[in-house]
Amino acid sequence: MLLSEIPKEKILWMYKTMLLIRKNEEAVEKYYRIGKIPGSLHLYIGEEAVAVGVVANLNREDVITSTHRGHGHFLAKGGSLKKLWAELLGKRTGACKGKGGSMHLFDFENCNLGSNGIVGGGIPHAVGAALSFKLSESKNVAVSFFGEGATNQQNFHEGLNLASIWKLPVIFVCENNQYQISLHYSKQQAIEGVAKRGISYGIPAVEVDGQDVVAVYEVVKRAVERARSREGPTLIEAKTYRFTGHTIDDNELYRNRDEVEWWKKNKDPLAIFERKIIEEKIFGKEVLEKIAEDVEKEIEETIKFAEESPYPEPEELFEDLYSTKTKGTLIWNWE
Amino acid sequence: MSERVITFREAINEALDQEMQENAKVILIGEDIGRYGGIFGVTKRLIDKYGEERVRDAPTAESGFIGAAIGAAMMGYRPVVELMFIDFIGVAFDQIINQAAKIRYMSGGGISVPIVIRTVSGAGFSGGAQHSQSLHSILLHIPGLKVVMPSNPFDAKGLLISSIEDDDPVVFIEHKGLYETRGVVPKEKYSIPLGVADIKKAGKDVTVIATAVMLHKTLSVVEKLREEGISVEVIDPRSLRPLDTETIANSVKKTGRLVVVDESYPRCSFATDIASFIASKYFEYLEAPIKIVTPPDTPVPYSLPLERAWIPNEEKIYDAIKKVIEYKA
Ligand SMILES: Cc1ncc(C[n+]2csc(CCOP(=O)(O)OP(=O)(O)O)c2C)c(N)n1
Repeated sequence: MLLSEIPKEKILWMYKTMLLIRKNEEAVEKYYRIGKIPGSLHLYIGEEAVAVGVVANLNREDVITSTHRGHGHFLAKGGSLKKLWAELLGKRTGACKGKGGSMHLFDFENCNLGSNGIVGGGIPHAVGAALSFKLSESKNVAVSFFGEGATNQQNFHEGLNLASIWKLPVIFVCENNQYQISLHYSKQQAIEGVAKRGISYGIPAVEVDGQDVVAVYEVVKRAVERARSREGPTLIEAKTYRFTGHTIDDNELYRNRDEVEWWKKNKDPLAIFERKIIEEKIFGKEVLEKIAEDVEKEIEETIKFAEESPYPEPEELFEDLYSTKTKGTLIWNWE
Repeated sequence: MSERVITFREAINEALDQEMQENAKVILIGEDIGRYGGIFGVTKRLIDKYGEERVRDAPTAESGFIGAAIGAAMMGYRPVVELMFIDFIGVAFDQIINQAAKIRYMSGGGISVPIVIRTVSGAGFSGGAQHSQSLHSILLHIPGLKVVMPSNPFDAKGLLISSIEDDDPVVFIEHKGLYETRGVVPKEKYSIPLGVADIKKAGKDVTVIATAVMLHKTLSVVEKLREEGISVEVIDPRSLRPLDTETIANSVKKTGRLVVVDESYPRCSFATDIASFIASKYFEYLEAPIKIVTPPDTPVPYSLPLERAWIPNEEKIYDAIKKVIEYKA
């Protein structure tokens, strides 16, 4: 697919969003290293083209479910950078009032049914959201993001089977970044490639270069058309690579530095996209530089906002667990 | 209201029917619940009325279909899932305890999961260790879930209607020994709020909390004790979370003695939970140590005499109540 076949505003959005995800993760990493963010962090650097290539095909009403590596999905789906940062710092102004954190980012306004601390946990939720679209005869679709590690989980197999027998408008996007923490995917399964797993469920599957946002955009476009015209689910395996460790604290003893450097040098999704934009003369360098400036500024302002936001009060511990006022004792409080 | 006598099974079927009739967002998902009507026959004929889109037969994939029900619930549907036996909860536990129970909290109140998981528990049918358990105590451990356990047809219908209309995840437990129980049930739709216990029999000497089948056994023991001049107050909590702690506490304040009768394993259980609650908050009212009547701390055996020995019977309930009554400090 040529870039000229994609509307210019969309290209601009794709570039800006990829850059935002990258710069944001870099800022998050810095902030974590100076001890300002608690918990663990799974960065998405190197995989930006997948989230952006996928979400470029979606409307706000289309649903996504995400993973423990969910900052990129959250932002691509329209999530507020401010709410993301406030959540990472555990502030009340966060996406989940400080009760979710990096691995549990929900954003119902943008139909993001959550990142998930359980590998594969969100896969059936996308199936259920797709079921709701089928039942209500809407044209919306659901997309589930997950890593290749998740494809060894029951939820993947059960979810694909249900989606197939029920012919649901769902797209399964496997971000095959090649490692489940440390185990290479060739040691996670005996067959070559995740896409093959679609065959046994009667689900068409495609492999795509996950470092090329245009290629991702193109295959997802077809999958979305298929889903919207009620032809059923698709499995997409995006071959990608995480440039950072599994978490920030990962020593990466399981992979060779040359391999990492090769991917960074030859398969950086941002550099690849930038080159295409310039070569195909869609935008000049100045336009892209201006975007980078804006992104940096936005992140800076956001951190300030998150820092200045208040923490939740201890009483809030007991809020948000149940939705209705019910008679009887719902939550034990031994005091 | 027009009343007639129907079975526990029919009462649940009627609640499902009336909720589906009224709200198109109520859908059923489960193994063999369509034409087959569910292995206990609870969903019979609903597929004829509502079609296979809304009464959805699922493959044996509990994690998948409970997870899918959660996804649909987040999108505004009200799925009622049938989990064939509560024993199978293990294969879907992640979806129940980490997903359904947590999503509202983790999202800061942003997303609710109005799902009902109807399931079957209880021993007494030689089902063996994997088809006879009462695992509600495990679920009570999990903040974010609601757990309901009716003992008669009237309560079953009213509580199921409340559960379906509730915005939180509810596990609704039907004891397989109760399906043929008959009782007076209004034809019209009505609801019984969760968290309201029912005093099935008023008394003044001792409080007995009893659930599901154990309630019936307790009531027959109470008759015998009455002849001996002992007056027992029997409380059916009906929903275990939320729990009507007020009714329980008021009763213990009045009687000063407590026995809890429940069919789940004894350790870290509903029975020990109530006992510890009363002991830690109302100790000064107690005139005797609390007694719990539960099965022994073993899996459910298959052999008839063994299983009979396993399930708490009238004799054990009688003995426990007598001991608490006759206790002298
Ligand atoms: C059910 C479950 N088991 C184990 C873990 C611990 N864990 C977190 S991420 C991860 C690896 C997942 O690999 P993959 O799905 O390929 O995603 P990636 O981290 O590569 O993006 C593991 C094992 C978990 N969170 N959930």
